[in-house]
Amino acid sequence: MTGTVLAAAPVYLPQQIAFGLIAVTMIVAAIRVVTTKNVVHAALWLIVVLAGVAAQFIVLASEFVAVTQVLVYIGAIVVLFLFGVMLTRAPIGKEVELDNEPAQRVVGAVVALFLLACMGYVLADYFGGRKLELNGKVVAELGGTTAQISDSIFSTYLVPFEVVSVLLLAALIGAIVLARRD
Amino acid sequence: MSAQLAVLAALDWDLPYWAVTLIKVLVAALLVPTTALILGIVFLFKIMSWMQSRLGPQEAGPKGLLQLLADGVKFLQKEDVIPERADRFAFKVAPMIVLVSTFLLYVIIPAGPDPAVIADLPTGIFFALAVSSLSVIGVLMAGWASANKYALMGGIRAAGQLIAYELPMVLAVVGVIIQAGTLNMNGIVVAQANFKLFGDVGPGIPFIITQLPMFLIFLAAMQAELTQPPFDMPVAESELVSGYQVEYTGFRFLFFFLAEFATAFAFGAIASVLFLGGWYLPGLDVNSEWFWLIGPAVLFAKIMLVSFLIFWFRFTYPRLREDQLQRLAWKWLIPISLVWLAVTAVFKVVM
Repeated sequence: MTGTVLAAAPVYLPQQIAFGLIAVTMIVAAIRVVTTKNVVHAALWLIVVLAGVAAQFIVLASEFVAVTQVLVYIGAIVVLFLFGVMLTRAPIGKEVELDNEPAQRVVGAVVALFLLACMGYVLADYFGGRKLELNGKVVAELGGTTAQISDSIFSTYLVPFEVVSVLLLAALIGAIVLARRD
Repeated sequence: MSAQLAVLAALDWDLPYWAVTLIKVLVAALLVPTTALILGIVFLFKIMSWMQSRLGPQEAGPKGLLQLLADGVKFLQKEDVIPERADRFAFKVAPMIVLVSTFLLYVIIPAGPDPAVIADLPTGIFFALAVSSLSVIGVLMAGWASANKYALMGGIRAAGQLIAYELPMVLAVVGVIIQAGTLNMNGIVVAQANFKLFGDVGPGIPFIITQLPMFLIFLAAMQAELTQPPFDMPVAESELVSGYQVEYTGFRFLFFFLAEFATAFAFGAIASVLFLGGWYLPGLDVNSEWFWLIGPAVLFAKIMLVSFLIFWFRFTYPRLREDQLQRLAWKWLIPISLVWLAVTAVFKVVM
């Protein structure tokens, strides 16, 4: 960054520092999710990653999305992961057969890098030249508050919302049909 | 609750942000053990023994009131035992996660108008529901990390129960949210102060009048979330010793105990705010500055009332079986709350 850019746009130093710390924590935790030798530990590291996402939303002053992130991902999805893992097979200590073959690792790494490149390109292409001022007031004007989110869900995005609802209902009924034996 | 008044005095002095935050955090840190002690002494020791026609603790302090304090000191002196085959890190962290979830609940409880709440979040009650679900992770970690099959069974039972009863709890809360039109805790209190049933006359009416089924569902779901009898399958002494807590000793066990009773107090406060009008006393002006003074006392009285109800249930009813417990949640509480939700929504639109 050059001095002129710094002078032109206000830099929120605490937010930058918080972003950096949370991002580093998330990256370390995400790597541990795939490298740990214990399946329960992997789920616990995943909690750290998802909590980091919620923290990033708070840095962006999007409180409602952050709370939803905690409620849905940590409070429900990871709990169901842990529940399922513990109900079936979850020994304490290291597991040898948790690792995949080298060929699968290569495929996984390629897919991960491809996704990183795609998303990085899209984000840089769209937000590269933009300056987002992130304080509470600006976020409220952009539509970050609870009332604005609900207004846009139930007006602009009503059809996608209903489609997603029906999709989830279908998944729910499908799960019950698959699980029932009679 | 006098600690809350200290916060108000501090705010009048125009303290800097960090000082106010520090005071509020200290108040929350003091409130969690204090409220757990109050509920433990008043209900677990005194009222339970009266209901069961016995004396209860008598020796420690006047009328045995210091018994729980003595028990707490005893727990601190115990050896910190960790099972040899346990997952040490998860075993140590689990009670802390449960206690942190309790601490976070205290953040949004309003003891009076705006400054008398640690953080008056716009998403107040939604935040409370989210952080209360964090304790499940601590319970599951405790059950798994203990390397004990009874602990694991207790943890899994707890998770199944907490997931099942979170739904009726959320739906009961949603009824109030629809009627109040806000997620903010103080907003819900003010909505009840302004809510009139017949025209524009009379004092503000608490939502328990219109949301009585939701109040009862909330109490049942709250009891289940606290894993208290009759919903204490996860810690059933006669089958699982004490479930996920079985391997915990000393101060780690104390953490679970504190979390259970402090969470009971916090949920009592949330129920008071949602259904009984929180710090508001019907007939008074809601904007009166007196509520900074009497608000905490009013809220405390309402919390003790709600706590009496849930502890009365706890001491009276026998434990439900696992299938009865799940049937109650999925076949009774959730359908009833959905119907009442629809009724509330219709009235909200029509009136």
